[in-house]
Amino acid sequence: MRPNFNGNLFFEMSMTIKIKKGFDIKLVGSALPEVGNTIHAKSYALKPGDFVDVTPKLLLREGAKVKAGEAVFCDKDNPEIKFCSPVSGEIAAVVRGEKRRILEIVILADAEVNYLDFGKLDPKSLSKEDIKSKLLESGAWPLLVERPFGVVANPNKNPKNIFITGISSAPLAANVATQVKGESSNLQAGVDALSKLTEGKVFLSLDADNAAPEELKNLKGVEINYFSGPHPKGNIGVQMHNLAALNKGETAIGLTAEDLAIIGRVFTEGKLDMHRTIALSGAQVSEPKHYKVISGAAIASIIDERVKEGNNRYISGNVLTGTQVKKEGFLGFYSNTVTVILEGDEEEFLGWVLPGFGKFSLSRTFFSWLNPNKKYNLDTNMHGEERAYVVTGQYETVFPFDIFPVQLIKSIMMRDIEKMEQLGIYEVTEEDFALCEVICSSKIPVQKVVREGLNFLRAEVG
Amino acid sequence: MKLVRNLLDSTKGLVEKDGKRNIFFPLWDALNTMAFVPGHTTHGGAHVRDAIDMKRTMVMVIFALIPALLFGAWNAGYQHYEVALGMESTLMDNFLYGMGKLLPLIIVTYAAGLAVEILFSWLRNHPVNEGFLVSGILIPLIMPMDIPLWMVAVSTIFAVLIGKEVFGGTGMNLLNPALTARAFAFFAYPQWISGDKVWVNTIAENGQGVVDGYSGATALGQLATTVGKGMNNPETQSVVNMFAADGQYSIANSFFGFIPGSIGETSALAILLGAAFLIYTGIGSWRIMVSMFLGGLSMGYIFNLFAVNEFMNVDPLHQLLIGGFMFGMVFMATDPVSAAQTNKGKWIYGFLCGFLGIMIRVFNPAYPEGIMLAILFMNVMAPLIDHYVVEGNIKKRLKRANA
Repeated sequence: MRPNFNGNLFFEMSMTIKIKKGFDIKLVGSALPEVGNTIHAKSYALKPGDFVDVTPKLLLREGAKVKAGEAVFCDKDNPEIKFCSPVSGEIAAVVRGEKRRILEIVILADAEVNYLDFGKLDPKSLSKEDIKSKLLESGAWPLLVERPFGVVANPNKNPKNIFITGISSAPLAANVATQVKGESSNLQAGVDALSKLTEGKVFLSLDADNAAPEELKNLKGVEINYFSGPHPKGNIGVQMHNLAALNKGETAIGLTAEDLAIIGRVFTEGKLDMHRTIALSGAQVSEPKHYKVISGAAIASIIDERVKEGNNRYISGNVLTGTQVKKEGFLGFYSNTVTVILEGDEEEFLGWVLPGFGKFSLSRTFFSWLNPNKKYNLDTNMHGEERAYVVTGQYETVFPFDIFPVQLIKSIMMRDIEKMEQLGIYEVTEEDFALCEVICSSKIPVQKVVREGLNFLRAEVG
Repeated sequence: MKLVRNLLDSTKGLVEKDGKRNIFFPLWDALNTMAFVPGHTTHGGAHVRDAIDMKRTMVMVIFALIPALLFGAWNAGYQHYEVALGMESTLMDNFLYGMGKLLPLIIVTYAAGLAVEILFSWLRNHPVNEGFLVSGILIPLIMPMDIPLWMVAVSTIFAVLIGKEVFGGTGMNLLNPALTARAFAFFAYPQWISGDKVWVNTIAENGQGVVDGYSGATALGQLATTVGKGMNNPETQSVVNMFAADGQYSIANSFFGFIPGSIGETSALAILLGAAFLIYTGIGSWRIMVSMFLGGLSMGYIFNLFAVNEFMNVDPLHQLLIGGFMFGMVFMATDPVSAAQTNKGKWIYGFLCGFLGIMIRVFNPAYPEGIMLAILFMNVMAPLIDHYVVEGNIKKRLKRANA
């Protein structure tokens, strides 16, 4: 713990918290900070699947005209939460899957985005209720993710604290400094608005190992803390665990610095401006760098001519937590990265006994430990089959929580609610287990198990 | 490579669900995935994965066993030719003699164990687990070399069936399967696995009989004879002399392994090479090894303080170098499934394995293999240790919530 002079006239309490357990997977294809031409896609989509446990109720039909910021569907269980079109245009298709579940609502975009005007407002002069209704009306509300469970925040709950992460530590993820460049006033407006939603604090976490962007360092009304060490220091869950751990019955809100700027724009510009700066990265990208694009854009227009030939996997998000999308798919609501890597669907002769000089492993069972700084070009191969838990002490090396990870997972598998609560399930979401899943010798689908556990618990105890 | 692929592909139809020989599917599947790491890709969850899997993990343990296995094979021949019969023999003679004893044991163990594994895989419709790859090497290394092969087979089947499969298979077992096999043999066929006749083969060769005054007893067997005789008894003193710097069981001989015993256990040096490998690769728990060593050492010192017989009076380090202590410490107590699973629990578990192991060995000389019993006992206790460690974490969380 060390005090930091953060540019104000006062010393504010701020700490540097060292994350010791974790791991940075070094991959080839990280995006340069440089921002390429803004990408204009022909079509955009809202995907209800991006929002955990939301049952969509369509408000507009195919063929309807929409403006950016106009509600397209709402949450059936909580109709005040609206999901709005990021662009103006025409609803071209409602794509349905099994049991007529809505997968995508595709919007054919106008050449020029026509925004619904919510009026420029100074959040400082607004009441809590005004701010809530402004965010709900504009469709910016779903950017607020509630803990526990990692769901869209419930407007009727009072979050204990709000956590903003200004760190992107996941492999090949977008650079925060690039994302928030020139967003000072939007970020400040965002903080001013959100601080009305909680009686607790607004925490902002910055990276101690890289120069933190001025836009974030100079924000007022937040408690700034620094995190050093490897991934997952950028995860809200890790920051929350260290700053103000969540107890049963409490809720908190988490969001990224870029999402904070989008929320700020609702007030400074009076519109839902879902422009993001995303990283297009991965070994299969010819020139990995950042691009400005509106959320929900067609993947095809993002990758365009920018990827190499091959059997590619397209990921909306990063390699740890992102969603696999087809080339014809769309960027996810929360995604700030598109990663393109090779599929690894080829079998390997005697791969488990060979020395494995070039293989990626956190264990030292392959000879690749000879070259610790090597950047890997990893494909999507599983490198083995699922087995029962045998190895112990493995997850603990990459899981920076005072929680027993395997014991928690087993309590989830047994659907033992009391044990899950006792072992700290309210403090985590599946992303916190992503590294455990990567290094698991038994190839247990850890993130899926945790998500199922959270959904089960939410249904049982709410 | 192509040939293997073609062979596997051509037999696939026979073993598939509606094939004529579908009982062999688990075997086919095991061979298939051993020959080729499958080309499965990630779906859901993290998109990239560590190259390690269960097969890699298990084969690392087998690699770690190689020094002990090679030395043990040589030592079996050395004890037979040079020590017992007083003959001249080359390094190769010794080694081949030992391998001649060891290979049948390994083959029988694998055959018996895998048969049970494959049967259960077929019954329960799951792939063959890799756990037995290691057990199949461990069991021969802790058995007397001349034990009848059918006894090894029965012990192995018992261990896999009762020690593992009834609990749900690899990963679910309470007891270490290899030690279960040894314990079964120990109690079922005691005359074949204890005493001073079983550890070294003393059958005459080329008319050369056993040399005068030779005893094939293990170091522990010798020490056990001193109990209850008083410390100044001349017989006791002759045993004590065997442990002196120029004796048969000197600390150097015990460390390098030139003493009688089961094939894998005698050389602390070879075992420690394996330990270094396991710790470096991250496969074996250094916490368990270190704490078990300290636990054994502590008990040794405590015995020294209150020594009423020569067994209690053995130098604590020397005490750890004889019998199965080192082998148990590196390869048995560290079995992650049957050991404690929390890091704090591993310290407690390991320490008690060592502490109780030496205690049982010395207090009850009828069971010179106290280490085996101590580890099995601690296997049973491990979930309890973990329970209290986890409970501590839960209490901390409750306290925070109520603060």
